[in-house]
Amino acid sequence: MPVILEALGLVFQPSVLLVILASAAFGMFVGSIPGLTATMATALLVPITFFMDPVPAIAAIVTATAMAIFAGDIPGALLRMPGTPASAAYVEDAYAMTRKGRAEEALGAALVFSAIGGIFGTIVLMTASPILAEVALKFSSFEYFWLVVLGLSCAVFVSPGKVSRGLISLLIGLFAATVGIDNPAGEPRYTFGNVELLAGVQFIPAMIGLFAVSEVLRAVVSRSNKSFKGGGDRSGIFRNQWRNLRRYPVQVLRGSALGTAIGALPGAGADIAAWISYAVSKRFSRQKEKFGTGHVEGLVEAGASNNGAVSGAWIPALVFGIPGDSITAIVIGVLYIKGINPGPMVFINDPQLIYAVFVVFLLANIIMLPLGWVAIKAAGTMLSVPRNVLMPIILLFCIVGSFAINNTVFGVVLMLIFGVLGFLMDENDIPIAPAILGLVLGPMLEQNFITSMIKADGSFAAFFERPIAAGLGLFTIAIWSIPLIAWAIRRAKR
Amino acid sequence: MLRRHFLATGAMLVSAGMLAATSVAAQDYPERPIQMIVPWGAGGGTDAVGRVFAALLQDDLGVPVNVVNRTGGSGVVGHSAIANAEPDGYTIGIMTIEIDMMHWQGLTDLTYEDYDILALVNADPGGLMVSSDSEYQDTAALLEAIKAEPKGTFKASGTGQGGIWHLGLAGWLMAEGLDPDHVTWVPSEGAAPGITDMVAGGVDMVPSSLAEGRSMIEADRVTPLASMSDERQDAFPDVPTIEEATGTDYTHAVWRSVAAPDGLPDDVKARLEAAIKAAYESDEYQTFMKDRGFGLRWAGAEEATEIIAADDASLGKVMKEAGLAAE
Repeated sequence: MPVILEALGLVFQPSVLLVILASAAFGMFVGSIPGLTATMATALLVPITFFMDPVPAIAAIVTATAMAIFAGDIPGALLRMPGTPASAAYVEDAYAMTRKGRAEEALGAALVFSAIGGIFGTIVLMTASPILAEVALKFSSFEYFWLVVLGLSCAVFVSPGKVSRGLISLLIGLFAATVGIDNPAGEPRYTFGNVELLAGVQFIPAMIGLFAVSEVLRAVVSRSNKSFKGGGDRSGIFRNQWRNLRRYPVQVLRGSALGTAIGALPGAGADIAAWISYAVSKRFSRQKEKFGTGHVEGLVEAGASNNGAVSGAWIPALVFGIPGDSITAIVIGVLYIKGINPGPMVFINDPQLIYAVFVVFLLANIIMLPLGWVAIKAAGTMLSVPRNVLMPIILLFCIVGSFAINNTVFGVVLMLIFGVLGFLMDENDIPIAPAILGLVLGPMLEQNFITSMIKADGSFAAFFERPIAAGLGLFTIAIWSIPLIAWAIRRAKR
Repeated sequence: MLRRHFLATGAMLVSAGMLAATSVAAQDYPERPIQMIVPWGAGGGTDAVGRVFAALLQDDLGVPVNVVNRTGGSGVVGHSAIANAEPDGYTIGIMTIEIDMMHWQGLTDLTYEDYDILALVNADPGGLMVSSDSEYQDTAALLEAIKAEPKGTFKASGTGQGGIWHLGLAGWLMAEGLDPDHVTWVPSEGAAPGITDMVAGGVDMVPSSLAEGRSMIEADRVTPLASMSDERQDAFPDVPTIEEATGTDYTHAVWRSVAAPDGLPDDVKARLEAAIKAAYESDEYQTFMKDRGFGLRWAGAEEATEIIAADDASLGKVMKEAGLAAE
């Protein structure tokens, strides 16, 4: 108990609270600009944290990232421009709600359930870190291979429309992911001697192109000048969330728990978590047909899941110093600089610091609610702009965003190419989301498959030799084969 | 492209008109923000070094120094961006050991000769680590087992195929009289995933720098067997060098340097070198590197160029023998 009081004493100081507030505003700002990521926000903060005490330094980073990740949902819902691949899982639902004049409710759901997921993850982090980290350490490339396949399968099965169209989209994404030299063999593929292509297809410009530019193109074609707002958005940010919470308690809990667990695996992370949660949500929903048409249920579960995963990523980071994503990688560096060496000893040597970090986590997720409200209100005014004015502005954001990610005009070129591709896919009823996941997870799929094969000297059986791998493998195969068998049986009866 | 043309034309007009004033202008250096290119992603070790340097140089030079991550293509993209910039002192970058490797792989024509190397600011020796569950808890036992078993029995990881730690291991095996590919290399996206995989039982050893395994060593999950350096490392005084462990004189290290495109004006170069030396010697940099577990190593422009040239030759040799160089 005295340790917790000491931790509270470290956090509740005017200077620390001021740092939290300032970095929250900073994170909110960076995250809501498409193309600027939470990782970028963290990296920009690092030089500033050198001059701070350990607790405010960590507080600044924790708060800014939590805000930036939520804020990434804002352009996703309003402009169909998801800030992260994780928010791409539910961008169709959120954007459809915006078009129905329920933008505030969609963003409110993202906000409230992000906060709930984040708090759930933090509680797990406080209570079960050492045990979960042990489990995470058992994951090798065999297990990650199946997990990636599972994530990709989910993307295909949840996409609206026919499974075959989802598969086409996924394959487009996987193909784009093969470009470049960052593959296990280190061989340049489809680069045509171009230095920029060696880096492969960067997913942020591709994602902005596929979702946002295609939407701009569609607006040009449809020539409608009405603003989205129409009769005014009366859905309210917080008004319906209590009802959503009461209607979907299982979904919230399931999303948070699954997200935290997947986030704790250093090779997985928030992207896979959000997609698997969205798929689980659809699979067990009583209103499957509404998914993708502006239904809040998937948004609730996947939103909770992706913030749960962000907290979960800290589990291996604090217990073993293993980064779960690029943000925790930066944080581990900062921890070392501040003399807090991550590892089992940190819980014994500096418990008050670790508890202070936990307190900051909780605080960050709570402060997110009022700040998020302000950000949503401010961003919402954008929707009353007529479309013929709004669309060029969106295009401008797209260009800035895809340039900023790597400071190169090539990003803009990529974005435009993928914009046209996205438009063509939309016109032919091919869902876009699976392509994004294919692009993000393609390199992981290949990496884990090749390294597993090298380790196993080319034997496929190795994918089923380790118990966790065998379980995940059989589960994945079942997901694919059960619908086929059911179809065959139905056909035979007829 | 259009913009570059425009700039080039503008620069030509200006320089033609103010030829006499050039020396005065150079004395005023720097008069606008400087761009610091980091060829690796935000959050990595090179990025951290770049950002510390940027902050320190900014104080010294009195203009903003902005870090720009130009990632991808195994470092080719960022290194090209440094080399292709105007040599006016307004673009500098962190150059890493990959510059001595990628031209052998046939990925680019760029070599260290395309840069004005300003200083070497860090070096980390390679190491040798196994899981604490491994049956081989010292280098001699591990080496004996590697020699006794057929090629491909043991697996190692820690970078991509042909990456720096792969070459460190291949070079060590060659120094011990084995084939460079006697231990199979399992490509990974870096040392951390390699170490995690080793602890999960996926591979047998990781030859990355010991600093990269520090938290797992302290958690008793990883045993550090040896350091590929001349002397034991301050941070790991109990870990013997390869020479102490097996009697073979073998060292391998990665370094980071600050470089600019080739052809800097002399006075600009002198100003930058002085600023970099001051930054290196600052308390902030020294404590930062020690706390992160990074090795401190200083070499001025000339010595740094010699070190980088020597590494270029030796890495080329290992890569050719290991079949990792382009034909």
